[in-house]
Amino acid sequence: MLPGDPIGLYARGRNQDPEQLVELRRALNKPLLEQFLTYLRNPFDSTIDSTRFSRPVWEMIGERLWPTLLLLGTAILLASIIGIWIGIRAGWKPGGRFDRISTGTTLILYSMPEFWLGMMLLIVFSVGAFGIPGMFPVGGISTPGVDTSSPMGWLNVLWHLVLPCTTLVLIYLADYALVMRSSLIDERKQEYLTLARAKGLRDAMVRKRHAVPNALLPTVTLIFLSLGFVVTGAITVETVFSWPGLGLLTYEALRGPDIPLLQAIFLMFSIAVIVANLIAELLYVVFDPRVRS
Amino acid sequence: MSIVAQRRRKGLTQFANSFRQDRTGMTGLVILAIFITTAILAPILIPDSALDVTKADGGRFESPSFSYPLGTDEVGRSILLMLAWGTRISLTVGLAATLISMVIGTSFGIMAGHFRGVGSQALVGVTDWFLVIPFLPLAIVLATVLGPSTLNLIIVIGITSWAGTARLIRAQTLSIEGRPYLERSKALGAGNWYQMSRHVFPNVFPLVLANTTLTVAIVILSETTLSFLGLGDPGAPSWGALLDRAFSSGAVSRGAWWYVLPPGICVVLVVLAFTLVGRAMERIVDPRRAS
Repeated sequence: MLPGDPIGLYARGRNQDPEQLVELRRALNKPLLEQFLTYLRNPFDSTIDSTRFSRPVWEMIGERLWPTLLLLGTAILLASIIGIWIGIRAGWKPGGRFDRISTGTTLILYSMPEFWLGMMLLIVFSVGAFGIPGMFPVGGISTPGVDTSSPMGWLNVLWHLVLPCTTLVLIYLADYALVMRSSLIDERKQEYLTLARAKGLRDAMVRKRHAVPNALLPTVTLIFLSLGFVVTGAITVETVFSWPGLGLLTYEALRGPDIPLLQAIFLMFSIAVIVANLIAELLYVVFDPRVRS
Repeated sequence: MSIVAQRRRKGLTQFANSFRQDRTGMTGLVILAIFITTAILAPILIPDSALDVTKADGGRFESPSFSYPLGTDEVGRSILLMLAWGTRISLTVGLAATLISMVIGTSFGIMAGHFRGVGSQALVGVTDWFLVIPFLPLAIVLATVLGPSTLNLIIVIGITSWAGTARLIRAQTLSIEGRPYLERSKALGAGNWYQMSRHVFPNVFPLVLANTTLTVAIVILSETTLSFLGLGDPGAPSWGALLDRAFSSGAVSRGAWWYVLPPGICVVLVVLAFTLVGRAMERIVDPRRAS
């Protein structure tokens, strides 16, 4: 699929045995299916080393997985709660003051490169600029030497988590709020809401009991479907904050370029996204009885 | 003038009139006009030496002053002048990559909607694959293999960002396929190519145009991200490359906000402007929103 000569890249600047090169080329001329199976197996193979770090690829991914899950999990959870709340308030009274301000803000956040927001937060809140003293660490997941398994260590990690997490929350919530708003606006036109009002329900009850549960569906699905987009944010934001997760690992692998490591990370991200898509499909069936038939 | 041409002209006037009444759309258009003017005039107003490291005359990381309104970078070049040059590169990459993406997306969408059977299913499958696969890792792998250059960046972004367009155009094509005039032209013996180019394409075109504007916004963000990761041309100071340089030269830990803030503001303004224009166009042309 990809152009370029992998053998040339691999052997560049080294004294390779010509026979070894021939053997490598023979490996590349194997049937495509066999090559594909090897490709799928390689990241799990403990003997495949990263060309840059000379360590098994799988081991490196394993130890970088938890920081990423911590950062992304917290960020997605907060972003979906805040984003949905904003979307409900804005979508229930479209054109109102809250709607105008929040839609303007979310559109601006939506247009922002996430790593730039991260860099600005770093300058303002951790280096200190515009008269604001630096109060957060410039990067990493914990202060070197702190035992992260103790309660103090947990607080230390939390303190390091604040800025990268805020960056991601601000970027993600824009998307969620915009979708929640538009699906609530669509829902407002439905007849069952008129019926609910005709029954004499208060406005807040109509919103809470009838409109929101139905409008939530597309938003919840989107949160799972947006994981591909979430991965993009993780790579650049982890780089800016030197957060030792998979995103930073991608950046480090890129500087090589460390092809075995990049391949394994790419496979890992793809699996995660496909699983998330599957969960989204299943959730849809659980939440929406209309789909079941 | 033929009837068709007359009708098209009338439609265009109507579109322009509705667009003029859309306040947010017009705001976006004005912002775009300013940036496009800057991009065109950059080589006339700014000498090449402004980008030359050896001819830099300012100090390192100087804060904004009268002679350097936005301060200087790590080798003493004026950030304002680099930013103006960056406009040219970022907009060129954005528009060129969007063109590739629109051509692939529109042709895939129309073909997937027009044909029936295995071929169409294969097209839908490929589109879904590109929709699901995370953009950045794919783009990174492609860009790493192709090597860093502006042209490669355009190609990489173009071939990774067409899937959304293809799906939208396919849905629209399906609804056009059922209309009587298409049946008439089939009955008169029109071939596939004739049907697609003469009947389907003109009908999906307004939607393509609105979607193009929205795609440019996403593409410019992608360009910024990829350049930030060092996958663009190292010599071309696009906005993303400026941010990359600011980051790797330690502007953040020095608190040199004048190096980081302006490129980001430019990205936000341009992306926002394209989004506003695109949404305004969509409100006018999208049949699902016209109620």
